[in-house]
Amino acid sequence: MEFKPRIVAFLCNWCSYTGADLAGTSRIEYKANVRAIRLMCSGRIEPTLVLKAFTGGADGVLLCGCHPGDCHYQEGNYRCLRRYLLLQKYIKQVGIESERLKLEWISASEGKQFADLVNSFTETITGLGPCKIKETIAIFK
Amino acid sequence: MKRITIDPITRLEGHGKIEIFLNDDGEVGNVYFQVPELRGFEKFCEGRPVEELPAITAKICGVCPGCHHMASGKAVDAVFGVEPPPTAKKLRELFYMAHFVHSHTAHFYALAAPDFVVGPYSPPSKRNILGVIEKVGKEIGTEVIKQRRIAQEIQALLGGHQTFVVMNIPGGVRKGLTEKERDDIVNKAKGFVGFAQFTLRLFEDVVLKNKEYVDIILNGPYNLKLHSMGLVDANNKVNFYDGKVRVVDTEGKELYRYSPPEYLDYVAEHVEPWSYLKFPYLKKIGWKGFIDGQNSGLYHATPLSRLNASDGMATPLAQIEYERMYATLGGKPVHATLAMHWARLVELLYASERCLELALDPDITGSELRAPLGPIPGEGVGIVEAQRGTLTHHYRTDEKGIVTKVNLIVGTTNNHGAISMSIKKAAEGLIKKGVEVTDGILNMIEMAFRAYDPCFSCATHCLPGQMPVILEVREASGELLQRLVRD
Amino acid sequence: MEGEKPKLKLAVYWAAACGGCCVSVLDVHEKLFDVTAAADLIFWPIALDTKYADVEKMPDKHIDLTLFNGAVRNSENEHMAKLLREKSKILVAYGSCAHMGGIPGLANFSTKEDLLNRVFGESESVINPDNTRPLPETEINEGILTIPRFYNDVRSLSQVVDVDYFIPGCPPQTERLVEVFTAIVSGAELPPKGSVIGAEIKAQCEECTRVKSENKKIRKFYRPWEISDDGITCFLEQGVICMGPATRAGCGHRCISGNAPCRGCYGPPPGAADPGAKMMSAIASIIDEKEPEEISRVIEDIPDPAGYFYRFSLPVSLIRRKVQ
Repeated sequence: MEFKPRIVAFLCNWCSYTGADLAGTSRIEYKANVRAIRLMCSGRIEPTLVLKAFTGGADGVLLCGCHPGDCHYQEGNYRCLRRYLLLQKYIKQVGIESERLKLEWISASEGKQFADLVNSFTETITGLGPCKIKETIAIFK
Repeated sequence: MKRITIDPITRLEGHGKIEIFLNDDGEVGNVYFQVPELRGFEKFCEGRPVEELPAITAKICGVCPGCHHMASGKAVDAVFGVEPPPTAKKLRELFYMAHFVHSHTAHFYALAAPDFVVGPYSPPSKRNILGVIEKVGKEIGTEVIKQRRIAQEIQALLGGHQTFVVMNIPGGVRKGLTEKERDDIVNKAKGFVGFAQFTLRLFEDVVLKNKEYVDIILNGPYNLKLHSMGLVDANNKVNFYDGKVRVVDTEGKELYRYSPPEYLDYVAEHVEPWSYLKFPYLKKIGWKGFIDGQNSGLYHATPLSRLNASDGMATPLAQIEYERMYATLGGKPVHATLAMHWARLVELLYASERCLELALDPDITGSELRAPLGPIPGEGVGIVEAQRGTLTHHYRTDEKGIVTKVNLIVGTTNNHGAISMSIKKAAEGLIKKGVEVTDGILNMIEMAFRAYDPCFSCATHCLPGQMPVILEVREASGELLQRLVRD
Repeated sequence: MEGEKPKLKLAVYWAAACGGCCVSVLDVHEKLFDVTAAADLIFWPIALDTKYADVEKMPDKHIDLTLFNGAVRNSENEHMAKLLREKSKILVAYGSCAHMGGIPGLANFSTKEDLLNRVFGESESVINPDNTRPLPETEINEGILTIPRFYNDVRSLSQVVDVDYFIPGCPPQTERLVEVFTAIVSGAELPPKGSVIGAEIKAQCEECTRVKSENKKIRKFYRPWEISDDGITCFLEQGVICMGPATRAGCGHRCISGNAPCRGCYGPPPGAADPGAKMMSAIASIIDEKEPEEISRVIEDIPDPAGYFYRFSLPVSLIRRKVQ
């Protein structure tokens, strides 16, 4: 059976979720593998959420927030960026390919960019195959 | 063929089991001492920043963490290509002497004393610290606990954490000593010296004045002729913290004298599929199997080995005791395994005296605690004497000081071959055709093992006077022939 | 003495351990006599000669309290965990290894094969021409010798059996053990099953005597040897990683008092789904840079995030082990 990646996307309410919404209302087609989770701010995204996504079965995780300088709460997106970069180092150490975690800024008007992001990310993950963390978790209680 | 299994071995640090095989004559055929545990520090330290290793490797052993911390600290210094300033070295050695005092005291009173003070053939319910206290008085028991506690307080003062001390940092130590703290340690160290002397007198009264015990020490089945290894200073005197590794042969002649970076030219390790612990041996002689004598590649690294490998003790009172011991036992080197207990007490006195000496040293309250660091050479070996043997830590790192390789040869590991042979000799000497295997015999076999102080020294107290043991003697088919229960 | 309460039957067992937790029990020092007045030690391999066969023969729930220390890393550890669960009324995961996997848990960065290859093959001092490895069964002339099977993964105690309480620490600070022991012996009401006891709810920072300000903004991280620690200021504020904010208090800030930063042996405060992730989050939050290149430069100075944030807890992290 062909591998269908499961992708979790954490989207901030003010910019990136609205941008994703715009892709929908504009009838732009994009791959259906993504599950969106809306947070008020990308600054709410913390490593626990990302790790839970992976151990819960995600093959890829997307983090999206407002462009630098545009955060509705001033600096939340910078917080997200810093956590993302540190997380990248961590997941590399524990054997999860760094391509499986991606951060991109999406504004409220960037519906097309969101669709392109999802399509290219899905392709990347399809190429990588299922995330092996699933096998590890199956062994442990 | 009969098979006797003792599982697990108890009253030591770590897990172990003994398999004794008897041939059809009822005599001992072969004996295997197996270590069933492995955690893998030599692998999982890879990728860690090297300055974390003194803290991580301390967790190899919760009884002698100070030993690993010191060997590791020295290896890390070497990785950085620096020597700590004098104050730092002395602070480390001061801590280390307190560590030896606590460990040797506890081992003697809880593990050794029962067999001698109470007697090896005494009922098992009496052969423990409570039996010792019964014979010598509760006052002494309380004093043992107190001395151990005081030694630990010094450890905590110098190293923060009283068990897993954190004092070492590349190039030195993290914390200095105030005058007030130093004065306090001086008083405590004087107490150590007094207590060590008392312990030696107790040993003399109870053991050396008892012909039966002296006979067991000299003529019992506990004689094992192997080469001896220990760290010595520039004058070939015993030093626990620093120096060169000296190996003397079974006649007492120097075979080798090497510095830490050279260790791989002198020591190699053999692997057997039935134990997770490796078997170190002298590389230039080669692995000759489980034999003793001048031609064997095996050696031991114990308090007795250290005394054998040295030309004496560096402190005056301990030197007197060193001379007495060899005079009593017929000269150097001594191969009577049970003499390890005596050697341990001579070391206890040395550690106490050295502790006092260092506490009185003007440098000890100095403020220069760390040497400046430069580019990282990236490889280092640190060797110290652990209470139970020569301890080697060897690290390699990248240019940022992140560990790439770790190799360890741990105190008791040195003695894996020797312990196996001591047990076998004891079993051969005690289990004979037609002789019922009693629990007294069981204990005498354990005594061969216990003399090495295998990695655990703190069985102080907490013994309820009962040592339940089950001994099953089975045919090779598994059929039960004899079953002894000691409740 | 008449009408005396029966003594508590106490067992202490070690799995993949170092002996430090057993030492922490012995460190009651002079209080020993209070302990032996209230409890009968019936199984403790480090100190008593009770053998495994004796434990097998005990009726279920015979032991009132078992302090199980050490991680589960081979078949003997697992067997004893299950056996002692059967034989104990209260089973406590005692110490970091039983609580979270501990230092031996770092082996979860590796595999069984790689670990055995390093120890018995590549080690610089090993001479092993036949490439021998320890095996669960070895046939010799006289019969078969056995040793436990080495597992690929290290587990905490609660990943193998049901655990009643957790007493954290490497090792647990003896004063905390005495408090717990006294509470049990005096018949005090015990907290809900599954609780962490013998430790605070608040973080180390509350106990730590170092001086902290409101201003934690890091532009550079330093390895401990790169700074001249003033002995007074909060480590994080000096740019040195300290696990204090993500670690329970209760140890008496013993490493800090030795001028070393905390490494998290007491485990996370309540509510942390993952022991290290919150710390990662906090560390990232205090980095005072906005440009990706600058942030990356700062993070470059954290050489071993997994090793710092999961020093004692890799097996109970969300990831459990390095993905193979």
